[in-house]
Amino acid sequence: MTVTASVSAPRVTRAPVKRRIWSYWRFYLALSPFYVLFAVFGLYPMLSTIVLAFQRWDGLSARRFTGLDNFAFLIKDPTFWQALENTVVLFLMSTVPTLVLALVLAVMLQSAVRFTNVYRIAYFIPNVTSLVAMAIFFSSIFSTNFGLVNAALRSLGIPQQDWLGQPWGIKIAISTMIVWQWVGYNTLIYLAGLQAIPKEQYEAAKVDGAGAVRTFFSITLPQLRPVVLFTVVMSTIGGLQTFTEPQVMVGNSGGTGQSGMTVVLFFYRAAFLDNDYGYAAAIALSIFALVLLFTAINWRIFRGRGEDR
Amino acid sequence: MTRSKLRGIALHAALVLATLVFLFPFVWTIVMASNTTADIYRFPPKFTFGGHFGDNVRHVLENVAFFQSMANTAIVAVSTTVLVLFFDSLAAFTFAKFRFPGRNALFVILLATMLLPAQLAAVPQFQTMALLGWVGSLKALIIPGAANAFGIFWMRQYFQNSIHDELVEAATLDGCGFFGTYWHVALPSARPALAFLGIFTFVGSWNDYMWPLIVLTDPDHVTLQVALSSLNRAHGVDYSMVMTGALLAMIPLVIVFAVFARQFIKGATEGAVRG
Repeated sequence: MTVTASVSAPRVTRAPVKRRIWSYWRFYLALSPFYVLFAVFGLYPMLSTIVLAFQRWDGLSARRFTGLDNFAFLIKDPTFWQALENTVVLFLMSTVPTLVLALVLAVMLQSAVRFTNVYRIAYFIPNVTSLVAMAIFFSSIFSTNFGLVNAALRSLGIPQQDWLGQPWGIKIAISTMIVWQWVGYNTLIYLAGLQAIPKEQYEAAKVDGAGAVRTFFSITLPQLRPVVLFTVVMSTIGGLQTFTEPQVMVGNSGGTGQSGMTVVLFFYRAAFLDNDYGYAAAIALSIFALVLLFTAINWRIFRGRGEDR
Repeated sequence: MTRSKLRGIALHAALVLATLVFLFPFVWTIVMASNTTADIYRFPPKFTFGGHFGDNVRHVLENVAFFQSMANTAIVAVSTTVLVLFFDSLAAFTFAKFRFPGRNALFVILLATMLLPAQLAAVPQFQTMALLGWVGSLKALIIPGAANAFGIFWMRQYFQNSIHDELVEAATLDGCGFFGTYWHVALPSARPALAFLGIFTFVGSWNDYMWPLIVLTDPDHVTLQVALSSLNRAHGVDYSMVMTGALLAMIPLVIVFAVFARQFIKGATEGAVRG
């Protein structure tokens, strides 16, 4: 009696509000696991983080309210700015090649007729592997004396490089790993987007005498816009939270010149190595602000232009 | 040979090249894991598989509690996956097929939580774990992740498109309660979506690194990823052994993926285009 499918719900009788809400208890019970878990392990800690950001606390002694001190210190902390810069640079160095390569591969894959499933599976495998294992792998191939990259350079007569001992080398090694891991995933998403474009549009373009390049830029790319937005947003959220790759490849210090120090690694260090919880909370809030800012920017770039609203 | 045939060959050559690039790290991991470190350190390095895999495995087992951490990881990944599949699909079915006061508001809250980075909660969450006495326990990894917004969102899309309201209505008329309808009608029809969410959750849980690193304090009771990183930190010079550990840590994931690959890829791409 109490359970009624949405379509057949007769909205004739109006029971007192209390009873009406109560009669839906099964639905609320069904939804409760997520909301209870979120309240306990999500919302409550997040609110505590906001409070903590205005306090000084080492986890043992009493908390001390210090107002905006953590933020004032954060703004003056060169490591924070370094971490911010590294994160954005790494994000660009990995996301741009990833998405461009993915688009190229997707277009090629679309015109391939045979073995497409084999390619899809092969391209996706990097995405479902152990992150730590692969970070170790990439640090091994970029190793100075014994790494495969340097072995390849030497056999070409190019002097070896100290990849993981130099600021730019560290960034190249980290972004290479991210590119390797995410190209296939984005390829598949672009491929699905390409296949959703109506064939008539291509035929019309052909009739109008448009070449391959013209067709790509005036039909394929605009039609793909929502899918591109999706991949950019996902890459942004992931990229701004890069932690495992630098932590495993160059360690908690962030490596030479702290050039592998990302904001999340910076946060991890402040909270769980230095036990500077209030400061870590301020960093966490700045990460959140960063994610919001970048999401808003993406939204404007990809949704704002060329649309009616 | 015609021009289109040539183009076809060039196309497949490029696609095969990409395949080789994507698969190379796995091949090279096996090469390193089956040779001695000295072979790897030679110039030019040894490119063929060697016979030292057994020795390397033995060294891994001597240096970290590998099976223990593999078991820990499996317990965490399997229970998280089962809980997520159950809780997320139940909530998603409720959102997709029923009306009740506050439904839209609750759904908006759900979507908003997806924007929140995990770090925002990490410090107080650790304090909560300490309060509950869960620091060092696998519960600290399983319980907070037992239901998630993404899965509910994902399953809701599926239920909305794939289950007709008439079917839910008929089941209800036949005396199937709300839960009975979920169990007998919704769940069986959602296999492909559940397969995707299941693998997605399993892989994510298997790969989780930062939170286990924080909350599992006893070195003998860590997950595979943490064990692997400590192996790398302590024995980074012994690449062959470390890469053997890396290889072993990947095998279960590769097996899971191999079994469900088709469904997973279908699911992964459908969601992005729809979303």
